[in-house]
Amino acid sequence: MGTPLAIKGIGDGLLVTVPEGAWQVVRPSLLQAIDERGEFFRGARLVLQVAGRSLSAAELGGLRDELQEREVSLAGILSSSEATRSAGANLGLALEVPRTKLGENGDLEPISFDPEGDQALLVERTLRSGQKVRHPGHVVILGDVNPGAEVVAGGNVVVWGRLRGVVHAGATGNDRTVVCALDLSPTQLRIGGHITVSPERKGKPRPEKAYLKDGNLVAEAWKTS
Amino acid sequence: MGAKVVTVTSGKGGVGKTTTAANIAAALAAAGNRVVCIDADIGLRNLDLVMGLENRIVYDLVDVVEGRCKLRQAMIKDKRLPNLFLIPAAQTRDKTAVSPEDMIRVTAQLRKDNDWILIDSPAGIERGFRNALAPADIVLIVTNPEVSAVRDADRIIGLVEAAEKDPPKLVLNRVKPEMVRRGEMLTSEDVLDVLAIELIGVVPEDERVLMSSNQGSPIALDGRSRAGRAFQAIARRLMGEQVPIDEFAAEDGFLRRISRMVRAGGQPA
Repeated sequence: MGTPLAIKGIGDGLLVTVPEGAWQVVRPSLLQAIDERGEFFRGARLVLQVAGRSLSAAELGGLRDELQEREVSLAGILSSSEATRSAGANLGLALEVPRTKLGENGDLEPISFDPEGDQALLVERTLRSGQKVRHPGHVVILGDVNPGAEVVAGGNVVVWGRLRGVVHAGATGNDRTVVCALDLSPTQLRIGGHITVSPERKGKPRPEKAYLKDGNLVAEAWKTS
Repeated sequence: MGAKVVTVTSGKGGVGKTTTAANIAAALAAAGNRVVCIDADIGLRNLDLVMGLENRIVYDLVDVVEGRCKLRQAMIKDKRLPNLFLIPAAQTRDKTAVSPEDMIRVTAQLRKDNDWILIDSPAGIERGFRNALAPADIVLIVTNPEVSAVRDADRIIGLVEAAEKDPPKLVLNRVKPEMVRRGEMLTSEDVLDVLAIELIGVVPEDERVLMSSNQGSPIALDGRSRAGRAFQAIARRLMGEQVPIDEFAAEDGFLRRISRMVRAGGQPA
């Protein structure tokens, strides 16, 4: 969908590879690609891979301001160009990918990803309060998502456990995604641009699937036969 | 072998961290161990008050770290137990006066001559908590049966796991069996359902805890108090004894359920 963009998940941040071409062309197309995926990028920390491209502090600063307007913070710049690196350093940007392995805030390291964002990220543990997973593709969690934890996925979200935190499937604007959980009781559930809160649970929890039906978020029991 | 370092933390303030640290330390010392307590709450020190040692402070943790005194000079001997010591926090400085590396260095020095080192962590998830966590072998999370305390405990457990420590153990403090029985309070099951860590003790609400804290005399030394016995039981579990968790208020049935669950979920090795 939309303008192609190579995105990697790095903990709570995103690594975006800027395509080849003149900066005057690349910059608007980058911003357009971000706009098209609005909700997915909102609040994200971005690290840009610009390879050998030479950028001035003014060009980088301009881009940072434009990203800021979209609630995206430019956290770092990866480049082999000395000029770009020194411009980045002047703006206080990181010049390498920050340490992501279970970082200071308990964010998870990415396990696998794919530039097109189609592959799934497998999280083999429970997400606790304050922990957040952001991934361009699908997210599968073998464990619970506790209250106060957050999952933001470009694709579907499957929780093999209790889902009690906040989950957002199709965060790049895809309304055809689903959220499945063995116990679907999220604090808040979002699919694409739609938001809902869980109704009070009645009776025993059972596996459910949430999706958009005629513009409404619905949850239905998982049918086994 | 050397001492084990036990860090008592919670995330949320006011759940009873300092009281828990002081009482487990006193119970361990009363059982014959040589114990050192370190107050890591620099700027808001309390452990000296709860242990009744405020008027004996000459040097503190920051003095040790900054080399103004020898470690031994900052160790205050308890009034009742000759094998219990306190290294107080500085009151006039803040958390940044000590680094996680400092804590590792200080505890490394203490390990060889002691059996247990108890660290009282400040509330929060910032520098003070990081200082307290850095040297820990065992992390005890104190929480109360209320939603906000449990939420913060969950956050802390995530941070302890991220620091690649062993899974922390849970102290459920200020439980009112009466309210649980009436269904007005979160049960241990409710709490463990979210936190999914090992329960090492359930401490009932007891007015005498407050009185003893104000008097600077740990309740764990008072065998008549249910809370005191609960702290003693936690100390014995730390020492590796198998002590059932339904020691108090077994008659109301809810603790029997906990003990069943704990047995089913696997006791500490």
